[in-house]
Amino acid sequence: MAAMILEAHGLTKSFGGLRAVDGVDFALHTGEIHALIGPNGAGKTTFVSLLSGRIAPDQGRISLAGQDITRMPAHQRVRQGIAYTFQITAIYPGLSVFDNVALAAQARGARDLKTEVSTALTRVNMGALASQRAATLSYGHQRLLEVAMGLALNPRVLILDEPTQGLASGEIAGFIALVRSLVPHTTVLLIEHNMDVVMDLAQRITVLNHGQVLAQGTPAEIRANRAVQAAYLGVADADA
Amino acid sequence: MKVWALHIAVVLALIAAQLVLPPYHANNLSRIMVLAVFAMGYNISFGYSGLLSLGHALLFAAGMYGAGLLVHHAGTPALPALIAGVLAGGVMAALVGLLALRTAGVSFMIVTLMFAQVGFLTILYFNGVTGGDEGIALTAPQRLFAGLDLTQDGPRFWVALTLFTVALIANLTLVQSRFGRVMLAMRENEKRSRMLGFNPYTVKLQILIISGLFSGAAGAAYALLFGYIGGSFASVQYSILPMLYTLMGGAGTVLGPLLGAGLMFYLVDFASGLTSAYLMVVGAALVALVLFAPKGILGTIRERWLPWLP
Repeated sequence: MAAMILEAHGLTKSFGGLRAVDGVDFALHTGEIHALIGPNGAGKTTFVSLLSGRIAPDQGRISLAGQDITRMPAHQRVRQGIAYTFQITAIYPGLSVFDNVALAAQARGARDLKTEVSTALTRVNMGALASQRAATLSYGHQRLLEVAMGLALNPRVLILDEPTQGLASGEIAGFIALVRSLVPHTTVLLIEHNMDVVMDLAQRITVLNHGQVLAQGTPAEIRANRAVQAAYLGVADADA
Repeated sequence: MKVWALHIAVVLALIAAQLVLPPYHANNLSRIMVLAVFAMGYNISFGYSGLLSLGHALLFAAGMYGAGLLVHHAGTPALPALIAGVLAGGVMAALVGLLALRTAGVSFMIVTLMFAQVGFLTILYFNGVTGGDEGIALTAPQRLFAGLDLTQDGPRFWVALTLFTVALIANLTLVQSRFGRVMLAMRENEKRSRMLGFNPYTVKLQILIISGLFSGAAGAAYALLFGYIGGSFASVQYSILPMLYTLMGGAGTVLGPLLGAGLMFYLVDFASGLTSAYLMVVGAALVALVLFAPKGILGTIRERWLPWLP
């Protein structure tokens, strides 16, 4: 069995009467690309918010490389190597592209900011835009800047929340190559709606529905799973 | 390079102004420079980091009373008293920050305002020690600063200029440092900053303490240079003034506080010659600024022409 970098046991979070995440067991293998899918409202973003520490669970346990981090505040988890890129672009609009990425690099105590920033920007093909104000970037570039900030953190686990949303199809191909180049150095957890991207990239897939794990397995297994087809792929009868 | 050249030029211009201006205005210049140091402190928290405090009078007063009471009651020489005042500003900022930074936005404004009012009322209540409303005038021997007689215009100017220059260099170094970038990050997007691994609470506490050191230095210098400490300096007016200076000169610019302090000082000077309701003029200036130049003078200049302005 592969080594686990990030594990969750019985993770539960309710908002009012709604159990957004309901007793989820989850394990991320070191060095894999793992996709988290599920219909809208399935609890994906809530689940990764629990993993990254942005919200606290009602029940359950989270561990990073065997160390219990359930009570660890979010900023400390980032320092331990869990990076999170936001679903809704969260950059520093008033600062330059350089400063945006430099903040990520200096947060983990990088010495040579210039080199580290240009490395991260080159990886997302934005090296030429370093001096531009982030607010003036196109939406696609803002998404990539967000990813570059995640890369500059040099994380052990990179959580990407719908990274391809709003990217042009040409940009998506580049993005797939980028994510693939990150492993096995970094473990990637990907929330994604674009099934082509998921099937292309993921080694394993977890399907959430109504806050619970519906299925887990390789892309082929998930594709063949009837419960998934019924709940998520919108096929009422798998034989149809 | 051109950044440092500009700031050195400003200091040289201040020296030149003192040489050519009549004594009344040269003396005003000393006052403006000290107030500008106060506004720089305010600008570090509000302009660069987005911490809108309404209680900075408390930090100014901490410096003023920290230095003034030592001189008056304990006979401490002026130089150590000044240092004590600087530290008093920092300690007071830490105390306020520990509690106030649990809030944000409007709540933060209200909590800091409340703390400052508590400080103001405390000064009035213990009038046996603080002089209360009437305040305490410092005597000439008490105002001997490292051999310089601060009752004289000349030495007063040079001490004020030295303090201002040190503060200016510190401010410029700070905003160009890595920590300066984190300050902007707090202002621009705190949520994101947390997810880069910065602890917003401790970062903001550090910012507030730095802001308190500047404010305390200004308060202590004000006491020693102008020879008077009084409760009015802890009133809400002295929380609003540095905000006005900062807004007018340009929030988040290093030279904005000096420019704002100078312009506001002469606006008040001019208005109080016309009417006793000069605070109304101050209010009108604030409204006009917010409506027509929300970025202040240097903020607008930076946006239009000089993007490199720190």
